[in-house]
Amino acid sequence: MHNENQPLIFEISKEGRIGYSLPELDVPEADLSSAIPAGLLREEPAALPEVSELDIMRHYTALSNRNHGIDSGFYPLGSCTMKYNPKINESVARLSGFADIHPLQDESSVQGAMALMHDLQEHLVEITGMDEVTLQSAAGAHGEWTALMMIRAFHESNGDHQRTKVIVPDTAHGTNPASASVAGFDTVTVKSGEDGLVDLDDLRRVAGEDTAALMLTNPNTLGLFEEHILEMAEIIHGVGGKLYYDGANLNAVMSKARPGDMGFDAVHLNLHKTFTGPHGGGGPGSGPVGVKKELVPFLPKPLLVKKEDLYTFDYDRPQAIGRVKPFYGNFGINVRAYSYIRSMGAEGLKLVSEYAVLNANYMMRRLAPYYDTPYEQHCKHEFVLSGRRQKKLGVRTLDIAKRLLDFGFHPPTVYFPLNVEEGMMIEPTETESKETLDAFIDAMIQIAKEVEETPEVVQEAPHTTVVSRLDETKAARKPVLKYVPKEQSEPVAVN
Amino acid sequence: MKHRYLPMTETDKKEMLGTIGIESIDELFADIPEKVRFQRDYDIKPALSETDLLKEMTALAAQNADSRSHASFIGAGVYDHYKPVIVDHVISRSEFYTAYTPYQPELSQGELQAIFEFQTMICELTGMAIANSSMYDGGTSLAEAGTLAAGHTRRKKLLISEAVHPEYRDVVRTYAAGQSIEVVDIPLKDGKTDEDALASMIDGDTAAVMVQYPNFFGQIEDIGRFADMAHEHKALFVVSANPLALAVLTPPGKLGADITVGDAQPFGIPESFGGPHCGYFAVTEKLMRKVPGRLVGETTDEEGRRGYVLTLQAREQHIRREKATSNICSNQALNALAASVAMTALGRQGVREMAIQNISKTRYAIEAFKNAGFDVKFKGPSFNEFVVDFKEPVGQVNRRLLDSGIIGGYDLGLTYPELQGHALIAVTEKRTKEEIDAFVQEMEAIHA
Repeated sequence: MHNENQPLIFEISKEGRIGYSLPELDVPEADLSSAIPAGLLREEPAALPEVSELDIMRHYTALSNRNHGIDSGFYPLGSCTMKYNPKINESVARLSGFADIHPLQDESSVQGAMALMHDLQEHLVEITGMDEVTLQSAAGAHGEWTALMMIRAFHESNGDHQRTKVIVPDTAHGTNPASASVAGFDTVTVKSGEDGLVDLDDLRRVAGEDTAALMLTNPNTLGLFEEHILEMAEIIHGVGGKLYYDGANLNAVMSKARPGDMGFDAVHLNLHKTFTGPHGGGGPGSGPVGVKKELVPFLPKPLLVKKEDLYTFDYDRPQAIGRVKPFYGNFGINVRAYSYIRSMGAEGLKLVSEYAVLNANYMMRRLAPYYDTPYEQHCKHEFVLSGRRQKKLGVRTLDIAKRLLDFGFHPPTVYFPLNVEEGMMIEPTETESKETLDAFIDAMIQIAKEVEETPEVVQEAPHTTVVSRLDETKAARKPVLKYVPKEQSEPVAVN
Repeated sequence: MKHRYLPMTETDKKEMLGTIGIESIDELFADIPEKVRFQRDYDIKPALSETDLLKEMTALAAQNADSRSHASFIGAGVYDHYKPVIVDHVISRSEFYTAYTPYQPELSQGELQAIFEFQTMICELTGMAIANSSMYDGGTSLAEAGTLAAGHTRRKKLLISEAVHPEYRDVVRTYAAGQSIEVVDIPLKDGKTDEDALASMIDGDTAAVMVQYPNFFGQIEDIGRFADMAHEHKALFVVSANPLALAVLTPPGKLGADITVGDAQPFGIPESFGGPHCGYFAVTEKLMRKVPGRLVGETTDEEGRRGYVLTLQAREQHIRREKATSNICSNQALNALAASVAMTALGRQGVREMAIQNISKTRYAIEAFKNAGFDVKFKGPSFNEFVVDFKEPVGQVNRRLLDSGIIGGYDLGLTYPELQGHALIAVTEKRTKEEIDAFVQEMEAIHA
């Protein structure tokens, strides 16, 4: 990585330079003062940068050199499934017949795109064991909210207006309770037991006539399969609630167990995790939602259907929750996911989960002598270590994470799930070789030794990155959220 | 089966099983109860080689009429604009596109700085004080503006102009329903928001007045008046704006907007059948702590060097859980990067030149349709869209146009029953005089 500070693009800008090429105007140029009413004509041009094309490329190349992606190195971020992003998916999504088509052009002229979407839906129906899938949701959290809105509409259609609560385990992703709130529900937390699994007695205690749904990730965020899933389904269905599957961890169980067979009524998938749509530095993702028959009438509209030999969008759906997004979802990401599924086939997807789980267990066993493993049983695709042993020696999990940066590794997810002290959540994925896993394990072992012998090396890490630890308190106390030229006064954004 | 994405060898497998102390991978799945264990293979299409996959996907893509092979005159929120070639080269750098959310700032300075620059450019165009790092798209961004307004004012009614994109309004309604917020449409008058109707509707329960700029029909409305009306009743004023138009229009921030949202798709992002695009979300200083999604802020490291971090995270779901201001987690970071590169390439001069070309070509097309005897609805100033009365079903017209290599306009009858037979036509800087003339001639031929 480069160690020099990279100026902001605005600081590179010089009046008079351009980086674009528009054709000569071949019609008479409109006079702005007559085309736009007085008062609505912009007085000051927007102060966008003025740079040449090479300036732009150098700038962003320098920025990319200050960034770490999966292609740069190992990225074992738990619950994020940072697997290899196949390059053919990128090529395919850029085909003009996919990238340059308009969502509102005549259906007869986009049958190829609709066929792809429909076939992807069918594949996801089979993979999840659900009855119908919509591709409209833009990301995992968006999918959660979409499904909860459907569950709400379902209960209301039965006159069950008292179902105002959504049960969420204490190990759940933060999006679960947040999505429940946005869908108008109150959240009730159910505890995990000593074994890391949902405490059935506590679930019985919180479930009742006011239960709309239980949201569950399986395997859960500790990487453990909720083996009492059928009893849980019985408890929730017994009180009239619905079961919601957070598909963030599907990479663990493809071809091993399907949400539809475990008793789930609705599920979202993260196509940018399990199905290799790249994470893009935080998005765009895609979060299709699958449901069982009872919930099908409530799917957002339009629903893509096949009528005789033609694909069409069905808007005539009186019980639909409405539209959750303009148009039909993040099509470009769905194309990538489809391309991935078609390159893997049934056997390939099974091996994905088997190897993801084998890799995680191998790492856990090798690291167990050096870090605490709060849960002893076999894990699924990820596992959680606790840094409490190291904490007693004055080194925090955050320090360990920062020290890993010096070895060229992206650290695991830290301080999550919330019920593990000094937690480190490690998900290797199936696309990493044993050599990579071993190198990471060796680094972790070395750090464990450093904690005992030279703790300051860990406490003061990172030593090799382009910046050292950043002052997050300062960033939040006096927020500077945009560039303000030096000659202007103080930054606008202050408390 | 061997696969190029799976590096596991038989030797690796044996060693790893040995370390774990088990005989087979199956033992790792023994905790899945027999009753729910999947006993067969997925019944899905067989795996394809790289060559065959490329062939099949290319064939599927070839079944679609795209805006490279056709002259596209459809807009309605998604536009066929000039995309500087450099955009795709930048976003194809895999240090960007294979990275996750920049939670580890030491390894993510590139992404964080790029987003900080994006936030700055959005503030410049909109005239707002603060912009976030992106939302899914313009529609969900507008919907979250509505829920923010309701939460902030503790009121439960949104007034939204019928001149706002119909699909955006649908999304606003769905989000609002989740939080029991009422959404009421402000009717149209001559293709614009009816100011008198708004005056009679707005009251002490109104959380926000929501309009589009330029509006769905391409008309440039005098939105400053609505801001005054909203503020008189202590409601927020929310504007959904096409960021390209803001290159030449007075920014909403100068016209009293409390929240400005929209989609950055006009800047370097492909149409892609409607997504992924890139919502933006910008607010006044006062609303800073209520913004949904991620914000990047400047700070310094231990040596005093400038750096960037995700900040004010106490608003967000991974910290606040059920008390978060929004449930958004993944956003559209890579597309925000694409938009940044396009805004940088176009720059101060280019965005203005491109906007002027849109206005000029649209004016030319309006005159051409008028001269051919077509009735152009709504007489106000327009940006890059206008409404023509085709006097026959637009769907049929569009299917005929396809045969002549033209993607026709949006069928307004689908969402505005009173506008049956009317098409919303978009003319961007990519359309040539020749293509516009050919479109008008085709229409004359169809009409004859």
